[in-house]
Amino acid sequence: MSKTLTFEEPIIKLREKIKELEEFTNSSEVDLSKEIENLKIRLKNLEEDIYENMDPWERVQVARHPERPTSLDYIGELFEDFIEFHGDRVFGDDAAIVGGIGFFDNKPVTIIGQQRGRDTKENLKRNFGMPHPDGYRKALRLMKQAEKFQRPIICLIDTKGAYPGKAAEERGQSEAIARNLVEMAGLKVPVISIVIGEGASGGALAIGVANQFLMLENSWCSVISPEGAASILWRDASLAKQMAEAMKITAPHLKEMGIIDDIIPEVMGGAHRDPKKQSEFIREALRNSLAAFEGMDGESLIEDRYSKYRNLGVFTE
Amino acid sequence: MIRELFTKHKRKQAITIPSAEAKNDVPEGIMTKCPECKEIILTKDLMKTAKVCPKCDHHFKMTAWERVECLFDEDTFESMDNHLKTENPLNFPSYMEKVASDKEQTGLNEAVLTGTGKIGGIEVAAAIMDSHFRMGSMGSVVGEKITRAVEKATDLGLPIIIFSASGGARMQEGILSLMQMAKTSVALKRHSERGLLFISVMTYPTTGGVSASFASVGDINIAEPKALIGFAGRRVIEQTVREKLPNDFQTAEFQLNHGQLDAVVHREKMKETLSKIIRLHVREEKVHE
Ligand SMILES: [Zn+2]
Repeated sequence: MSKTLTFEEPIIKLREKIKELEEFTNSSEVDLSKEIENLKIRLKNLEEDIYENMDPWERVQVARHPERPTSLDYIGELFEDFIEFHGDRVFGDDAAIVGGIGFFDNKPVTIIGQQRGRDTKENLKRNFGMPHPDGYRKALRLMKQAEKFQRPIICLIDTKGAYPGKAAEERGQSEAIARNLVEMAGLKVPVISIVIGEGASGGALAIGVANQFLMLENSWCSVISPEGAASILWRDASLAKQMAEAMKITAPHLKEMGIIDDIIPEVMGGAHRDPKKQSEFIREALRNSLAAFEGMDGESLIEDRYSKYRNLGVFTE
Repeated sequence: MIRELFTKHKRKQAITIPSAEAKNDVPEGIMTKCPECKEIILTKDLMKTAKVCPKCDHHFKMTAWERVECLFDEDTFESMDNHLKTENPLNFPSYMEKVASDKEQTGLNEAVLTGTGKIGGIEVAAAIMDSHFRMGSMGSVVGEKITRAVEKATDLGLPIIIFSASGGARMQEGILSLMQMAKTSVALKRHSERGLLFISVMTYPTTGGVSASFASVGDINIAEPKALIGFAGRRVIEQTVREKLPNDFQTAEFQLNHGQLDAVVHREKMKETLSKIIRLHVREEKVHE
């Protein structure tokens, strides 16, 4: 049974009612098919009404849905012959970031993704998708490898942030993130980054200096989580809902502000409701993005990234 | 991180910058009390030692212009981009008022002063952050000013020196503040590709989004003694790992021991050290036209 989010409750109730009536019709002489038909139309309208008008906080809930597909779920759907590579060659292998190579439309690509766990046990292994410096350094190693073999790089962003821990600080969390930002700026191959769930802080950006920066419709991206911002700016983490609105963290808001290049549509109600279909939406977007940079030389790709990030900022002269 | 630093700062505030909140038992302006050893020092004497406590060696916070005075050859520093103005892109209540008040108090247009000047006779570009302005946090104007300073260095073939003093990203500008990390990074990459020198000097505090972008990727990373340098805030980490952190955690000395710094340099040796490093990289004097 899928986890129900509060704002979905009317839909779930109606769905249950339809099911009840269907069961009743099957086990009795009374024919309720007309009523059921009407309720199904009502359900469709209700779904459209609720799911197509999600407010920012509702989108945050969808982005955090425990069954939301993770990087490895999409990797399994989108890439042929994927093989995972491990380790940063310095300290260890951070399971909060996965990476490797595979075929996309018969062409080799490098894939890097932040990886949450799908249950408690896996979350412990993957540190809830919050990378240590070793994860960022592994990512950079794989990016440099991609550059050597002239493969495009696809990054899937899904993190609440870089891990704020003692060991992370000791091994240079700041430097690991900063290094990625600078080195990604100079990559001679196309880089496509997609926020598939949550994308908070430098911990997300560290695999996000891309030629195209895309977001799934219900993902969010921000300098800090809405809870964190509310606790710092308003001294009250319980104002996260209002903060999610004020900070403009959703895909539609960020598209409007010119921060992201495009929104990848989601299955009605959220990616978790049909991961296979969702993967097809991502495949389509990736195809378009990769085609846009096909044949572009290294210097032009660097130039493209430069002008993209160079122009971000709001101020007056 | 920001809040944590903020409360700390109110306590530790050096009183050469008069502020409404400053409640000190010594007359503001004339005398300064060392927040570490409580020694009371004549403010004019403190400038003679580059704002280092003569008794306990505590490095007081400096304004950007005080650093210019201590580092650059006399009358060589020319500031730039003082006309850029902060906006309120997310319409956060009272943000503009806070910025206006910090402008008034610091005389700066934002939390960084940029420009060109000579150190030991050699022309360099510099960006000097000032933590008296919104905790030195980085929003659009800070990112833009630093980026323009780096681009100027790239165009003129000059070294760039960045003095960091920042609690991190400017929350009120949301995603735009995050993107300044990427903006400054692409500019530094281009500067680096031209074979030019970048010296990062980390001062109290260098944390969050500033620590996790330009501050950590100098060709040479140096820091002032005891400067707080780190990614996440101490309290956040203590809550996460559920253990007490050592006293020296995230100090410059800690970062040196963990391989993140080339050197910790006392303020009285800063100009000499920078000048030496620059001389070792720039063979002939570059004059900017
Ligand atoms: Zn003292």
